[in-house]
Amino acid sequence: MKVWKYKDDINTDMLFPGKYTYTCSTAEEIKPHLFEDLDSSFSENVSKGDLIFAGKNFGCGSSREQPVVGLKAVGIRAVVAESFARIFYRAAINQGLVLIECPDAVRAYSGDVDVELNVDNGKIVVDGKVFSFPKLPDEIIAIRNAGGLLPYTRSKLKEKHKSYS
Amino acid sequence: MSMTFAEKILAKYAGEKKVAPSQIVTVHPDHLLTHDNTAAIIQKITNELDKYGVYSKSFSIIVIDHVVPAASEKTASNHKAIRDFVKKYNIENFFDVGAGICHQIVVEKGFAPPGTLLLGSDSHTCSYGAVGAFSSGIDRTEAASLMLTGETWLKVPNSIKMTLNGKLPPGVFAKDLVLYIIGDISASGANYCSVEYHGDVEQFSIADRFTIANMGVEMGAKNSVFAVDKVTTNYLKSIGMPSSAYDPIYPDEDASYVQELSYDVSKIDPVVACPHAVDNVKTVSEIEGLEIQQCLIGTCTNGRLSDLKIATDILKGKKISSDVRLLVLPASKAIYEAALKTGIIQTLVESGAIILPTGCGPCLGAHQGVLAPGERCISTANRNFKGRMGCKEAEIYLASPATVAVSALYGKITDPREEMKK
Ligand code: SF4
Repeated sequence: MKVWKYKDDINTDMLFPGKYTYTCSTAEEIKPHLFEDLDSSFSENVSKGDLIFAGKNFGCGSSREQPVVGLKAVGIRAVVAESFARIFYRAAINQGLVLIECPDAVRAYSGDVDVELNVDNGKIVVDGKVFSFPKLPDEIIAIRNAGGLLPYTRSKLKEKHKSYS
Repeated sequence: MSMTFAEKILAKYAGEKKVAPSQIVTVHPDHLLTHDNTAAIIQKITNELDKYGVYSKSFSIIVIDHVVPAASEKTASNHKAIRDFVKKYNIENFFDVGAGICHQIVVEKGFAPPGTLLLGSDSHTCSYGAVGAFSSGIDRTEAASLMLTGETWLKVPNSIKMTLNGKLPPGVFAKDLVLYIIGDISASGANYCSVEYHGDVEQFSIADRFTIANMGVEMGAKNSVFAVDKVTTNYLKSIGMPSSAYDPIYPDEDASYVQELSYDVSKIDPVVACPHAVDNVKTVSEIEGLEIQQCLIGTCTNGRLSDLKIATDILKGKKISSDVRLLVLPASKAIYEAALKTGIIQTLVESGAIILPTGCGPCLGAHQGVLAPGERCISTANRNFKGRMGCKEAEIYLASPATVAVSALYGKITDPREEMKK
């Protein structure tokens, strides 16, 4: 497992360049361009189970969901940041990508130290120090547990139409 | 029981007497806005659309504006898929290539009356706070879900009260003010918050308020709003909406805010957001003389008639520098027509400007005015991120239409105040 560390204000153009927004929308099309203008080694070297640590306001900028779809597709286990931009945060909930807002854990990470994450218990261990992060509201957990917003909406629609018939 | 604007409107849409920050509420927005990304959105839910249809044919507002006219076979096919969808499901509010930029259309066509709630799969959906609506950006997947159900959840945001005191000096514009505020509070300074503007706001036209509300997302805000006043009602009347047609929402006097900020706007100078962050704000005088190769006047931030007029007043009877390209995009067909009628387009073309089709144009780097490595562009847009205009080795500076127009004259970044006195 590798930890990728980035600074404050990483915007959606760095995560996935705007020029591809209307030509790439599937995970396979997105993957090679992930982080293209931020870190050209990312898309080649990222592997399943990796973590991202970032500073403040991660994902600011456009309402572009390709970075979230891409991060989920390459198997990023979670993004841990000091804070997130709100549309990015919502997009992650909707794709079932785990985001963790935990500024202390980010500050404690100095590179080349052990990191352990337990999402269900709300704990992250960085270099032997334990940090907790708050549980998400039930409404949001329900979306995540359904595997993202679309599976959630599909099952709701089915229910609704069942009760009509 | 005191509530802020955001609390009041979300309480209304949640059917509750009172809501508090952090509470999650279920809402049915009045409209959902989508644009060229509609093609990707409907692709996610083809089966469900077949089975259940759309939630309502008047719910979606669809505008093809981002890459128009199509720049490639791929974008043309996307546009075609959108037109087919619109026909098949009888979508009532559809605007094809040439109508204008989605956010301008929403306001101009009266889709966002005061006191309404809109969501859109575009981050600058926050613009409609200019006319007293609550509006916010969402992602494509959520837009897909909304198309099917008309329903989603929202977290009630904390609110920030921004009080603007005094009058903007000549040569300093709403764009300078909002860039100044972002420079002050940072690109995440209003994260997750609802920003309410108070104080001496009657000096700001709807076009000015649009510019300020539009940039709300650049400070991280969920929405950004001006309370309805005479300026709003007069504007709405001008687009055919009498005040009996809407029900404005005002924050309570003693509402509680997570932060209260105030600015003496009479002290602000023309400013520029320097590469590669919107909060990297400097006064024009600090970087004056920097050579530029491209100038852009337009986008949902500053492509309105008053913006084109400011540029025209500066460029009338003069020629832009032979070292720069000046690209101008009216934000909508209505603005384009007005600019033709009033001679604005003629003056701009005579000065050396290139008029591009109404739409987003080079703002997102997909076509029409992509930059080369090493080039600099000064633009009235809202983002200067690395790579935003299609090239990561280029630099983008954000400024008011006046600063951009004067800079086009001299081929370098220039304070507009001297020229405007002439
Ligand atoms: S003009 Fe630019 S910022 Fe505005 S909607 Fe179009 S691409 Fe987005």
